[in-house]
Amino acid sequence: MATVPASAKVVVIGAGIVGNSLVHHLARLGWRDIVQIDKGPLPNPGGSTGHASNFIFPVDHSREITDLTLDSVRQYQEMGVFTQSGGFEIARTPERMEELRRRMSSARAWGIESELVDPAFVKEKVPFIEEDQFIGAFWTPSVGVVDSLRAGTIMRERALEAGALTVVPNAEVVGLDVEDVPSGRRIRRVRTDGGDIETEYVVIACGVWSPKIGDMAGISIPLTPAVHQMISVGPCPQLAEREGEISFPIVRDMDTFCYERQHGADMEVGSYAHRAILHEPEDIPSIEQAKLSPTEMPFTSDDFDPQLEQAYELMPELLGAEGAEMRYAINGLLSLTCDGNPILGESLVEGLWTAAAVWIKEGPGVGRAVAEWMVDGHSEIDVSHSDIRRFHPHQMRREHTRLRTTESFIKTYGIVHPSEQYESDRDQRLAAMHDSQVKLGAVFFETGGWERPHWYESNAPLLEEYGDAVLPREHEWDARWWSPIINAEHLRMREAGGVVDLSAFEVFDITGPGSLDAVQSTCVAQCDVPVGKVVYTPVLDGAGGFKADLTVMRLGDEHFRVVTGAAHGPADRSWFADHAGPDTVLTSRTDDIATIGLWGPRARDVLASLTSDDVSGEGFAMLTCREITVAGLPVLASRISYVGELGWELYVGVDAAAQLWDALLDAGSSSGVVPVGIGVYGTTGRIEKAYRAVGAELDAERTIVEAGMQRPKVKAADFTGREAYLAQRARLDSGEAPETVLCTMAVDDHTSASGVKRYMLGGEPILTRSGEPLTDGHGHHPYVTTAGSAPSLGKHLLMAYLPPEQARVGTELAVSYMEELYPVTVVSADATAPYDPANERMK
Amino acid sequence: MVAPLVAVKRVVDSSSEVVLTDDAQAVDGRFAGFTMSAHEECAVELAVRLGESRVVTLGDADAVEQLRAALAVGCTAATHLVADPQTFGPADVARELAGVVREHGHDLVLLGNDAADSGDFQVGIRLAYELGWPVVNGAQTVTVEDGPDGPTATVHVSGPDGHETYRLPLPAVVTVLEGGVEPRYPTVPGRMKAKKVPIEEREPAAPPAGTGRVRLLLPPPTPSDVQVLGKGAEAAPAVVDLFERLGVIAR
Repeated sequence: MATVPASAKVVVIGAGIVGNSLVHHLARLGWRDIVQIDKGPLPNPGGSTGHASNFIFPVDHSREITDLTLDSVRQYQEMGVFTQSGGFEIARTPERMEELRRRMSSARAWGIESELVDPAFVKEKVPFIEEDQFIGAFWTPSVGVVDSLRAGTIMRERALEAGALTVVPNAEVVGLDVEDVPSGRRIRRVRTDGGDIETEYVVIACGVWSPKIGDMAGISIPLTPAVHQMISVGPCPQLAEREGEISFPIVRDMDTFCYERQHGADMEVGSYAHRAILHEPEDIPSIEQAKLSPTEMPFTSDDFDPQLEQAYELMPELLGAEGAEMRYAINGLLSLTCDGNPILGESLVEGLWTAAAVWIKEGPGVGRAVAEWMVDGHSEIDVSHSDIRRFHPHQMRREHTRLRTTESFIKTYGIVHPSEQYESDRDQRLAAMHDSQVKLGAVFFETGGWERPHWYESNAPLLEEYGDAVLPREHEWDARWWSPIINAEHLRMREAGGVVDLSAFEVFDITGPGSLDAVQSTCVAQCDVPVGKVVYTPVLDGAGGFKADLTVMRLGDEHFRVVTGAAHGPADRSWFADHAGPDTVLTSRTDDIATIGLWGPRARDVLASLTSDDVSGEGFAMLTCREITVAGLPVLASRISYVGELGWELYVGVDAAAQLWDALLDAGSSSGVVPVGIGVYGTTGRIEKAYRAVGAELDAERTIVEAGMQRPKVKAADFTGREAYLAQRARLDSGEAPETVLCTMAVDDHTSASGVKRYMLGGEPILTRSGEPLTDGHGHHPYVTTAGSAPSLGKHLLMAYLPPEQARVGTELAVSYMEELYPVTVVSADATAPYDPANERMK
Repeated sequence: MVAPLVAVKRVVDSSSEVVLTDDAQAVDGRFAGFTMSAHEECAVELAVRLGESRVVTLGDADAVEQLRAALAVGCTAATHLVADPQTFGPADVARELAGVVREHGHDLVLLGNDAADSGDFQVGIRLAYELGWPVVNGAQTVTVEDGPDGPTATVHVSGPDGHETYRLPLPAVVTVLEGGVEPRYPTVPGRMKAKKVPIEEREPAAPPAGTGRVRLLLPPPTPSDVQVLGKGAEAAPAVVDLFERLGVIAR
């Protein structure tokens, strides 16, 4: 049994690709006294890294994952463990070809060289493939394989050489000691079978075992071990005659959810086509109980047989070659999460970090990002979609992970629409007026577990009224998870008014003597305002990138209410909690307060008919809030708008919310006011006003100046990111253009080559009119951050960060959609709204 | 032409720590998985080399996996005696196998030397007794030649004291010890073909008498005899000494 040091600055649990990357980057950034432990031996302790296929296809639809992958490839190359092979993703069906065209969009957007090729092109590079089995392919020359075990050893050795690291293999964690501190709970000690380690920080980087280790400190790391089947067939004479590990491109057979990857004289066939086979972390065998390694479970051949036949059809001469035998077959365990993203960052236990559910292709990139995050408080690559604090309570249940991964496993190589909704484990959080919404034919989309009406079928009669103004979409893909009713609701809201359920808002109160300091030090905007004022403000990280964008209401001298979106709610709440001093209390109100939006030209009439309070323009000014009585119910009304219309957000206790909802719809019906869904609130109403959204336009890699959201003055009080923000402004004031500028464009012509009008959905690259790539000052290529109908303008609008030279109203560019170019023109090169730029309608 | 029958048993694959089922009646295969023993893999290999061979097992529905594995490496027919193997003792199994031999008219039966789980060394001998045939145990290789008096098997056995060769007329029973031949892995076409072979299902001819086994007990863990000879280049002389002592090298 190994003995461990008695103390450390940080204990990294796990010596797979993630733990090894992490100790290297922590050491590189100057940390010392790092202890890395693993229950297994080195260099392969028996986790998922040890049996990984180790190949990397860089193109993913997610920018975050792609950036982590590209960074990882750079690191693998620098270590000399990357072998470029090229890779094909082949299509057997027209639907898959369309998906590969969509993949081309992502490749262009992220600046990765790829092209669509015919079967003959594939055959030339992979002579043993049957051309008649597929119709085309997506070719990425930069695909390659890595030696992840060697990379791990190199990275550990670098940290050892720096004198920063002690590595203890064969030491198993048996407990994590957490203690109460004024700000909550803090990690104190790692207990192992080789002794205890007193420590400031702990990182759980133990892949499939992470949930079990997390439980020891009372935190949920919601991932599940899942089987990925893999066999190795060889020796194949076609492969054996070539030198080295790999000399033929890797083939991903997308429609059979399989891949074929050369490994020396063997061909490895892997599959994501079988049923989801999930395990509990507690049921993974020990090293002694396992036949091969704990994460190489016994192969269940029945599950693999259908894929074997498909692989054989694709490469009969190779897989059926004389002497080629199935020499190795495993049910390999890997980690899956409910949304497919890794789990990174500091948990709700201070000092206890996580870096799990990471694949080989992201490992070193994740190691660097998490190390930067630990050392500097932020990382160069924004990893907020992977933040452990993104999880809502219902997502921390093992049941949720089990159900969602069961549903999503088959989508690993699937064709997934960007708006596609999950079917499993729905109805976790229902608004108080849910029954009414069901009666109105609401089509629900899920955000943070909330069921939110995206549109209401009850508004279908409006389609006839508005005719082609609803911008109908001819193509099934463009119209999937969408309805022209959204645009009809939009037009009706602008004409009369709409009532919007915003129950999903994350709402929390900050109270106590330190409350003003807490909000002032967190928010960019001046929050030291009179009681009854509403403040709309960005929240920055230390580097001046966006952390959040939200509203703060001052309800008392020592009482502020923060309102933010559901998706980012838990992360935003923890950010405020981390900034709150000891004399501050942060209370979540999300579950006891519902929010209903009322907007449109008739909004004031409707509200006035239900209240005796003064809701006139003089009596209830923009960006103010106060308690009023509406339909006999106590309501906190806030005059603000995210859709560009006169109106209010009405905050009401959940017990009274259904009653208020009914009263508003009743009172509004005679003037044409209708219930309006999130399709309008989140996209059409917003994009016409060029309002930016966190997760689309705003993230930690974007600045206020780039987003064009700077105000004339910066408050004197200090706040996180202030220094960086001042520097960004100073550069602008000195006449220097920002590296990139957020713009809004209108599509000039939607007609495709086939004559069908096409409508972009987001993520597409913006090119010159003639199709040449554009590059901004960060070296990034512009892509569509939000796409949506602007029914009041009769246009389809796109938002994208453009190089400053192109960021001028009137610039003519093109958007590439499914590998065809469509002309676009810049209509706004700052935050000016394309619709009602003077904001007359909000008065 | 010889028509071999080869008998296999679904057993838990090996791992360094043996895990028992909750009722201590069997080894638990949830971690290590299931396989046929190495002896039987060699028996299958020998049977396949001899000609068109039938594989037989007595086991529950999951044991079909082992029949398919044998078909994938070249057996051409399979019989499944559907029964709970835990309730069948060696005499029961021998009786049931004899039924299959008689039914299909085999003249050579190959078995593993002993079962990997129960290790009782009995089924082959009991089967030979049941059939009234000669038996050779611990075979490394088996070949068959046609002679004037019909086919004759040549069986090689290797032991610590030397090599033995038996020549015996068929029909006969041979139990195989691993090491004489290298069992093959399945090919992709072999596996696909195995999937399509119909498997004959048989009910046991008589109720089992049972094994008489009360429960399994794990032996106490053996203390580790790992000795660290040194680290890096300094360890070299000790390694050389050890190799010399073991007879790997001579000085």
